[in-house]
Amino acid sequence: MKTGATLAVMAAICTALVAATHRITRERIAANRKAQLEQSLAPALSDLVYDSGVTESRLIIPPTDELPGAGPVVVYRVFAGDDPVAALFVVTARDGFSGPIRILVGASKDGSVTGVRILEHHETPGLGDKIDQKRSDWVYQFDGRSIGDPPAERWAIHEDGGDFDQLTGASITPRAVIKAIRDTLLYYDAHREEIFKLPATEDEEEDGQ
Amino acid sequence: MTRGGFLDRLKTGLWKDNPGLVQLLGLCPLLAVTTSLVNGFGLGVATLLVLTVSNGLVSATRRWIRQEIRIPIYVLIIASLVTCVELIFEAWFPTLDRSLGIFIPLIVTNCAIVARAEVFASRNPVLPSLADGIGMGAGFAATLMALGAFRELIGQGSILSGLDMLTGGEPFAGLSLAHGGLLLAILPPGAFFSLGLAVAAKNAIDRRRRTSRSETMRPGFRRAA
Repeated sequence: MKTGATLAVMAAICTALVAATHRITRERIAANRKAQLEQSLAPALSDLVYDSGVTESRLIIPPTDELPGAGPVVVYRVFAGDDPVAALFVVTARDGFSGPIRILVGASKDGSVTGVRILEHHETPGLGDKIDQKRSDWVYQFDGRSIGDPPAERWAIHEDGGDFDQLTGASITPRAVIKAIRDTLLYYDAHREEIFKLPATEDEEEDGQ
Repeated sequence: MTRGGFLDRLKTGLWKDNPGLVQLLGLCPLLAVTTSLVNGFGLGVATLLVLTVSNGLVSATRRWIRQEIRIPIYVLIIASLVTCVELIFEAWFPTLDRSLGIFIPLIVTNCAIVARAEVFASRNPVLPSLADGIGMGAGFAATLMALGAFRELIGQGSILSGLDMLTGGEPFAGLSLAHGGLLLAILPPGAFFSLGLAVAAKNAIDRRRRTSRSETMRPGFRRAA
C-alpha cells in the first residue's frame, strides 16, 4: 500500500516537472521548427520573387506510385499574389545505399528545377555523402534542368548513358537521387494545374519526421 | 561535505573511476556521437546535467524509497530528467539537438546513470551525491570530448567544426589543420580503435605513476627489466 503511494507521488512529481519544462519551452520549440523549415526550403527557391508564406501553403499528397518513396509527399507552394511561382517537393528516395534519402526538389511554374537539396541521408562518408551540398557541388548540376532538358530517359548518370555526373566510388546513391528527382518532375508535369489549385492541407499533427 | 571530499569525488570521476575509460559504461553514445568535438561536448553536458540532478533526487528521496521499488523510481526520475533536457536542448540549441538526434533521448539507457544512482546516490547524503554526479558526469564528458576531438582531427583534419551549433550564427566548418584525413577514424570502427587507444593510454600513465611512486618510496629499488 505504502509502496504504491510512494510510486504514485513520485510519478506525479516527475510528470509535473516535465509538464512545466514543456510549458516553458513550447513556444521556442515551435518557432525553431518553423524557422528551420523555412531556412531549409529557401535555397531551393534560388532568386524567385514570391510574397506568400512558404509554410502556410503546405499540401500533402497521399501515397502514390508516381512519386518516389512509399509515403505521403509534402509540397510547399509559392505564389506571387495569386499567381503560382514554384512548388517545393520533399520526397524520399528509398533505393539509396543505406537508409532513406530525403530530398528537397524545387521546380518553377514552367517545370524547370530551381534547386535540389539533400535534407537527410545516411550514405557512406567520403563516398555517397558527396550528394550532400555540404560535401560537394554535385546537387547544383540540376539547377535549371527539366524533363526535356535532357529528356526523361537521359536523367541518369553518365555510366548509364545519362547526362549527369556520377560520384567516384558511389553509383547507387546518385542513381537513387536522380531517379527521385526525375519522377518528381514527371509527376509535377502531369499534375501541375491541380497542385496549385488544391487548398492547403490543414495542420493536424506534426508529421513524425 | 569538505572541500577535499568534493575534490576527491571529482578526481575519482574524472580519472580513477572514469565511467568511459575504466567502468566502460555508456559505450553506445560514447562510440556513436564522438565524430566531432562539439558533438561530444553537447552529449557530455547533457549527460552531466542528467547525472547530477538524478543523483541529487535519488539521494534526497532515499529514505522513503523502499528497496523493492527503487529501480522503477530511478527509471522514472531519469526518464523525466532526460525529457526535460531534451526539451531544453530543442528550445535553445536546435541544431545541436538535431545533430545528436536520438542520442539525447537515449541518455535514459546510459547505464552509467542508473549505476551511480544505485551504487552511490542511494547510500550517501545529497551533497556527496551531487559531487559524485558532477565528477562522473565531467569524466564522461571529458572522455566524449577527447574522443570527439581525436576522431575529428584524424578523420577530417579539422577541429571545432559545427561550433555554430552552440553559439548560433553562420555554419562554421572548423579550423582546418590538414586537408582531408583518415576516413577510418570517423567510421564506426574508428570509434572502437580510438576508445582502445584512450584506455591503453590511461593504463600506461597509471602504471608509470605507480612505478615512479614506488621508486621514490624505496630508494635503491630497481625494476627488473
